[in-house]
Amino acid sequence: MSTEVKPGGGPLGTEHIGPPENKVTSTIGHVLAGIGKNGIFIALIAVLVLFAILTINPGTGDSILLRPQNISNLIVQNGYILILAIGMVLVIVAGHIDLSVGSVAAFVGAMSGVFAVNMGLPWLVAIVLSLLVGAAVGAWQGFWIAYVGIPAFIVTLAGMLIFRGFALIVLNNSNIGNFPAEYRSLGNGFIELAPIDLGPRNSIDLVTLAVGAIAIIGLFVQQFRTRLGRTKYGQDVEPIGFFIGKLVLISVGIALFFYSLAAAKGIPVTLIILGILVLIYTTVANRTVFGRHVFAIGGNRHAAELSGVKTRSVDFWLFVNMGVLAAIAGIVFTARLNVAGPQAGQGFELEAISAAFIGGAAVQGGIGTIGGAIIGGFIIGVLNNGMSILGIGSDYQQTVKGLVLLLAVAFDVYSKRRSGGGR
Amino acid sequence: MTDNILEMRNITKEFPGVKALQNVSLNVARGETHAICGENGAGKSTLMKVLSGVYPHGTYEGDIVFEGETVSLSSIRDSEAKGIVIIHQELALSPHLSIAENIFLNNEVKGRFGLIDWDKANHDAQKLLTRVGLREKATTKISDIGVGKQQLVEIAKALSKEVKLLILDEPTAALNDEDSDHLLDLIISLKAQGMTSIIISHKLNEIKKIADSVTVIRDGKTIETMSRDEVTEDRIIKAMVGRDLEHRYPDHTPNLGEEILRVEDWTAHHPGDATRVMVDNVNLNVRRGEIVGIAGLMGAGRTEFAMSLFGRTYGSKISGKVFKAGQEIKTRTVTEAIDNGLAYVTEDRKNYGLNLIEDIKRNISMASLKKLEKFGLINDGEEFTVANQYRKSMNIKAPSVLSKVGKLSGGNQQKVVLSKWIYSDPDVLILDEPTRGIDVGAKYEIYTIINRLAAEGKGIIVISSELPELIGICDRIYALSEGRITGEVPIEEASPEVLIKYMTMETPR
Repeated sequence: MSTEVKPGGGPLGTEHIGPPENKVTSTIGHVLAGIGKNGIFIALIAVLVLFAILTINPGTGDSILLRPQNISNLIVQNGYILILAIGMVLVIVAGHIDLSVGSVAAFVGAMSGVFAVNMGLPWLVAIVLSLLVGAAVGAWQGFWIAYVGIPAFIVTLAGMLIFRGFALIVLNNSNIGNFPAEYRSLGNGFIELAPIDLGPRNSIDLVTLAVGAIAIIGLFVQQFRTRLGRTKYGQDVEPIGFFIGKLVLISVGIALFFYSLAAAKGIPVTLIILGILVLIYTTVANRTVFGRHVFAIGGNRHAAELSGVKTRSVDFWLFVNMGVLAAIAGIVFTARLNVAGPQAGQGFELEAISAAFIGGAAVQGGIGTIGGAIIGGFIIGVLNNGMSILGIGSDYQQTVKGLVLLLAVAFDVYSKRRSGGGR
Repeated sequence: MTDNILEMRNITKEFPGVKALQNVSLNVARGETHAICGENGAGKSTLMKVLSGVYPHGTYEGDIVFEGETVSLSSIRDSEAKGIVIIHQELALSPHLSIAENIFLNNEVKGRFGLIDWDKANHDAQKLLTRVGLREKATTKISDIGVGKQQLVEIAKALSKEVKLLILDEPTAALNDEDSDHLLDLIISLKAQGMTSIIISHKLNEIKKIADSVTVIRDGKTIETMSRDEVTEDRIIKAMVGRDLEHRYPDHTPNLGEEILRVEDWTAHHPGDATRVMVDNVNLNVRRGEIVGIAGLMGAGRTEFAMSLFGRTYGSKISGKVFKAGQEIKTRTVTEAIDNGLAYVTEDRKNYGLNLIEDIKRNISMASLKKLEKFGLINDGEEFTVANQYRKSMNIKAPSVLSKVGKLSGGNQQKVVLSKWIYSDPDVLILDEPTRGIDVGAKYEIYTIINRLAAEGKGIIVISSELPELIGICDRIYALSEGRITGEVPIEEASPEVLIKYMTMETPR
């Protein structure tokens, strides 16, 4: 549509463009657009359903993948990848990459072993010190990337070697074990306050169910508030039927998820850490000046600079942040195994990067969401978990994961080209 | 009848929404040096791109007759095979390769087994270098020689392809006087050897020096072709700018206030080569409500001046003083410049002005996020309201402020950039080519917006290559040549002729 304005012409009405729509077509339109926008979410459901069917136990008739205990494991086994993916997606949005996070996680895990076990410091002090180590590592890498101008690929490739080396040096090529109980709970602790007995080897935790209920209510309140806000400011909103349908679907998912946790061991501490981080970082990405600057830099670095964005400082703090998140991931991983080992965290960087890209982050930067990266991480997690249940060897597992990454990004590129987006 | 090596007949080339060329005809006689003149955007480069196959046969209307036969060129390779070689304004040399490697790039001297015979290549290259009068070894790296010599390498490269028609697009734009003279002498000596060439230029003195005939293009049409004896500067200038100036610009009655910006002794050097002065002791001032123009040819240092002033985003070794309303201010970073009430609207909105993958709303708020921040969080609703206000007041044609900026037309994109800077509430706006690449209707709207901003008491600096535009909207115009202010013209005395005289004035260094 190109509407010309004659010299001196006034504003033209542009509120209604295109043919008038009735409710049905507009709802269908939203569903289709929703599939395009939430393609990654639908992919997760598809993978879940596929493996749920493939892992049905012929004896009992239930799906091993969906057993409460296994759902609980999914969180605990993937928590640290998801934590890394949060930082990684921001790094990728700004147009960088971080290959060092696995090594940094191993190094910080080792340092936390030194603090908590060898030096016998209180567990909280040990954790704070470990996070500071992570921040220092991030500052080191951020310095080279932001202020010296070396590409992040090179700096973090070097970091991958350097910090793996540091981990080996600190551990002197052996392991540190026997962490304090509080520390260990970060990786494999559960919160189960009010379990009710439902017969032998079967109990359900009321508090976990309550948290699930609160989560659903919170979701509804938040979504309706956003919707009201948008209506107030005259923005377009989804048709009410589509909106409620979507919310109900998500709520059922949340309900089933928390029911599984309640039937297993309660809420994993890792999930609490993850949940808090997701809330914080989603807000940072969407609602803070820093977050906006990250997206602006990724979208067009020159334009961002000319708009007053201090691109170097943003790059620097982005890597400090990544260092801290790598430290958290290292601590959670160490806590889960109750061992700080020199070979910990190998391949973490690849899973975190894959999660971000499967979750829709753009290789050129400027595009990506925390939620997408989390879902991408879950897809990888379900693939790992489902294939392990099926007894598929790591040879085929690697192949499948590689193909999924390739296809996910190919789909993304294809759908963007069709919608005529891009630059 | 004269023997024409080239006849371009009724060439018409359209881009979406713009007719870049309309029935352009060009006849070039064998053995002559033919100059093509026109303002920036007149269609000179488009015509040469049609001729050299950059725009392949079929994407334009009209015929190209070369050496008596109608040709259909579908690529640069095609045109080079016929002997038509173009040397672009931005040199297309690979800096890390040697002179010989560049000369024979994609045209390698093959020896036995299809391998490159470097001895022969270097030897041949050396002979070509002698022919163009360049005293360098063929094995020297391109990055080790200056721009003037690189230009000669380009010509040597063209000669290696057995060129019959050599096209030079503003060959002296980036050269100093000595290198320019050398290049012009070379063109004259090649002509003596029978070479036909087309030279695109708007430097009138050099056209007079070398051209046998001159064709003037304006607004995508051929205005006239004159022979050597007919050429006078006045006649060329008239042909270049003579257009109806009425009703293309909204009325503007200046209401001047006190001085809002004064720049003293502003000097900036090239970022890579600190010995090259790009902006030389510029002094200028702007009053509230005043629209001040800066005229200058490409490479005169207009954008360099603006960007070095705006947060030192261009150049090295920058010196000079800036005063706002009599108080000295610092503009060392973009943030500092914005905080001190400056705004700079770039000439290159796609690469420097906008985040094309982001929506209108977030582009408008980009330079002023602090205003929307409450308790450390950005107020989304407020941001939406602000963006919507600008969408309406600036008449940005888009379904909503959530539309991606990359999908808007040039004029609407420019309105988004303007909105961004108006929202930052500046006292002085520097607008660099504010109407480049947008259609006539949208231009008028932009002029209206500029007038409105001036009426609100802001100081406006407009940089433009289009002289009628400057004359149409400004209250006072500075002319810039080779980084220096060569003239300050009140609007009553401004005419394209006067401005071009100052813009092409060469000052001894």
